[in-house]
Amino acid sequence: MTAIIQARKLTKRYESADLLAVDELSFDVHQGECLAVVGESGSGKSTAARMIAGLEAPTSGEVLVEGEARPPVPWPRARRRRLARQIQMVYQDPITSLDPLQTVQDTLGEILAFHDAEADRTARVNELLDRVGLGERYRARRPSDLSGGERQRVAIARALAVNPKILILDEAVSALDVSVQAQVLNLLADLRAELGLTYLFISHDLGVVRQVADRCLVMLGGRAVETADTEDLLSKPEHPYTKRLLEAVPGPGWRPARRQAAVA
Amino acid sequence: MTSLLEIRDLAIDIKTATGWRPLVHSLSLSLNRSGALGLVGESGSGKSVSTRAVMRLAPEHSRVNGTVVYDGEDVNTMNRGRLREYRSRQVAMIHQDPRSHINPLRTVGDFLTEGVRHLPRGERRELAVSALADVGIPDGRRRMDQYPHQLSGGLLQRVMIAAAVMTGPKLLLADEPTTALDVTTQSEVMAVLGEAREQHELALLFITHDLELAAAVTDRLAVMYAGTIMEEGPTAAVSRAPQHPYTIGLLASQPNVRGARRERLTPIPGRPTAAHESGPGCPFAGRCLFAEDHCRTERPAPRLLGESLVRCHRAEDPEIRQAAARIQEES
Amino acid sequence: MSLISVTGVRHVRGAASSLRRDPVVAAASGVLAVLVLLALLAPVIAPYPPGRIDLYAIDQLPSSAHLFGTDSLGRDIFSRTLYGARLSLLGPALVTLAASALGGATALVAAWYGGRLEQALLRALDILMAFPGLLYAVLAVVAFGTGLLAPAIALSIAYAPYIARVVHAVAASERRLPYIESLQLLGFPPSRTIGVHLLRNLRTTIVAQTTINFGYALLDLAALSFIGLGVQPPTAEWGLMVGDSSSALLNGSPQESIAAGGAIVLTVVAVNLLGERLAARAGRSSRS
Repeated sequence: MTAIIQARKLTKRYESADLLAVDELSFDVHQGECLAVVGESGSGKSTAARMIAGLEAPTSGEVLVEGEARPPVPWPRARRRRLARQIQMVYQDPITSLDPLQTVQDTLGEILAFHDAEADRTARVNELLDRVGLGERYRARRPSDLSGGERQRVAIARALAVNPKILILDEAVSALDVSVQAQVLNLLADLRAELGLTYLFISHDLGVVRQVADRCLVMLGGRAVETADTEDLLSKPEHPYTKRLLEAVPGPGWRPARRQAAVA
Repeated sequence: MTSLLEIRDLAIDIKTATGWRPLVHSLSLSLNRSGALGLVGESGSGKSVSTRAVMRLAPEHSRVNGTVVYDGEDVNTMNRGRLREYRSRQVAMIHQDPRSHINPLRTVGDFLTEGVRHLPRGERRELAVSALADVGIPDGRRRMDQYPHQLSGGLLQRVMIAAAVMTGPKLLLADEPTTALDVTTQSEVMAVLGEAREQHELALLFITHDLELAAAVTDRLAVMYAGTIMEEGPTAAVSRAPQHPYTIGLLASQPNVRGARRERLTPIPGRPTAAHESGPGCPFAGRCLFAEDHCRTERPAPRLLGESLVRCHRAEDPEIRQAAARIQEES
Repeated sequence: MSLISVTGVRHVRGAASSLRRDPVVAAASGVLAVLVLLALLAPVIAPYPPGRIDLYAIDQLPSSAHLFGTDSLGRDIFSRTLYGARLSLLGPALVTLAASALGGATALVAAWYGGRLEQALLRALDILMAFPGLLYAVLAVVAFGTGLLAPAIALSIAYAPYIARVVHAVAASERRLPYIESLQLLGFPPSRTIGVHLLRNLRTTIVAQTTINFGYALLDLAALSFIGLGVQPPTAEWGLMVGDSSSALLNGSPQESIAAGGAIVLTVVAVNLLGERLAARAGRSSRS
């Protein structure tokens, strides 16, 4: 298997807050797989994702995508379109993910016009909306007319508009009600199969991760503490922190347990 | 056992530009002394607004019908003094976001001792320190002088629990108290909450969107959808042998961490609807995989099936039983 | 100043329709519309040319021949107030538009690029803000002579920081929202992201702040004319009219002061009410 993403000793230090958010993090994501990065708040998982995407410059270390260094934004004019087609991102908050003033048609049409001026825009917009399970009737809607699940679907369509190879899903289903979350998880599984996408799936929710991810990387304090195939990780976790995480998830027969004393 | 809290036919409507809009529809619940009742629902189900009605806190521009009886006394007819006493000594509430319910400019100690001002100063402090120790904060003396921003979300929620039990209430209302917390912190806060309940013989009304979490800490469960309770019964029955298609759907949507992996989730189609969006029939009919014509025209009344009250015309249908059985197998 | 978020902007269309229903907004916009219309139609409406001197009819109280009376040179105050509206409204309009363009652009560039550039720009704005706008205008007059242009340019620069501060605060948080960030990942050039998406979503804030500035600019320009450093006689302009009328006022003829002063007060009150409502709307929607 070839690694489509290679993170090499990625480090992010915020001088102003004297915070080491990500500490020499290295991992590979293989072509066509879904790698989940799991961790709690402050683990550095989102910062790592943002560095991979290029939204944040690493303090040190590098990101290789398809064997080439991926630079952080702003990108030089000549490389913008190509870099955009490598990685797209879907965010957590359905409310701030879309431009409130743009209709669905405008949101998608603008991207198509920029990336592929020749394309039949109307047909492509319809095709994208179909892909994410929304019909043509959504074209004239604005974000304020959409439910949370529908907004996330539009955000996914926007990401797909440039035919990217990789999607970074940063807690993309966390803000959704469980019944809608299940719909979007199924959609994401279908899209990966149909389009041969590679996913980097950032989440705090082990149940959700189990549903979508082939492999898991558990982060704590900016470092990877354990990486394993998802089923192995869940059935025989090795790192004490992974065990703690797993034990904390409610489910049949589960009882809340506390350690001796509170920390922090 | 007599019930401590009895809600009968609670209906809450809110005034909008186009007229009255229902939020909660004929809700009846009862909670035993030192019992724990989970109120589970997705966003907009009316679970929070119902809970606030227990405190006689109604949203602005709303009308509330029905009765809330606490310990044999109608909360809605309490006079001002009695209501104040009820709110400050009988019932305590903890919220999803403790930071917005604590004065950021006052210390944790000030906050904790607020409810016991009638005691002498030294005694107040001792009481607060021991209350902190009870919720797993051993260095209470140091914490007392800290400000809310110096505490993590999990610690602050423990402080809220400590403050809640200090006034010796009999009923604790917890509105998504761990939703904003990490899962390991959630586990600890829920454990602390459980210990506090046991120690103080507190009854708990636990509001959450997480059915599994509610199932772990309650003895009865009520599942709400669009302002209506769809299924209510003993926790084991509702969470392990659900009878209402909505409860079944919630469980089938939930990815599980233990047991067999679900190859594919079975989501509930559509999006959660609010009470005012329901037609004349069952509020869930529009999303229900088992709905028939009469489900859309006729509002089902709650029926006692086994130990649970189920609001569904078709609850005993073998098709629905099968769906429930599938979930049980998977978990 | 509270920050606007996209949740707030989301309600802009709703807010716009509820703004239209707000009686204060309706009244203020109505007053301003009438004022602008009167200024435009002055040649049609005014009974006399603004500069016509009639030494046989000086300092007259209002009558059917002279609706607002006459000034110390016998000129018709009603006609002069109408004509005066043109310069008195045009001046602040130019100042605020230029200030908003300058301040808005500075704010967007600072918020977008961040880092040292942002710090440098913000400090420069602080320094500009340390002195009152009127001082810059007076200095400009000293350097370039009296009239409308020199003080207007000086005031445009002086007012830019006020709008820049507000727009910067809002833009700095808005630019970190996923919908703006995603445009960068999609490869859109900054010019488009800032100039179209960011700008469009900040328009409520910019319009509100521009409106508030208009009132101040009008007062500053009027004050400049009043002390004789702005537009020069015999031009009809409200500030100048108030200045000219001071001796008449002492002689017991308050009509010119009342007409010109009243026009200033009416305009400023209407503009400020409108601006405050718009700003409240932009701020409130951020909390909803």
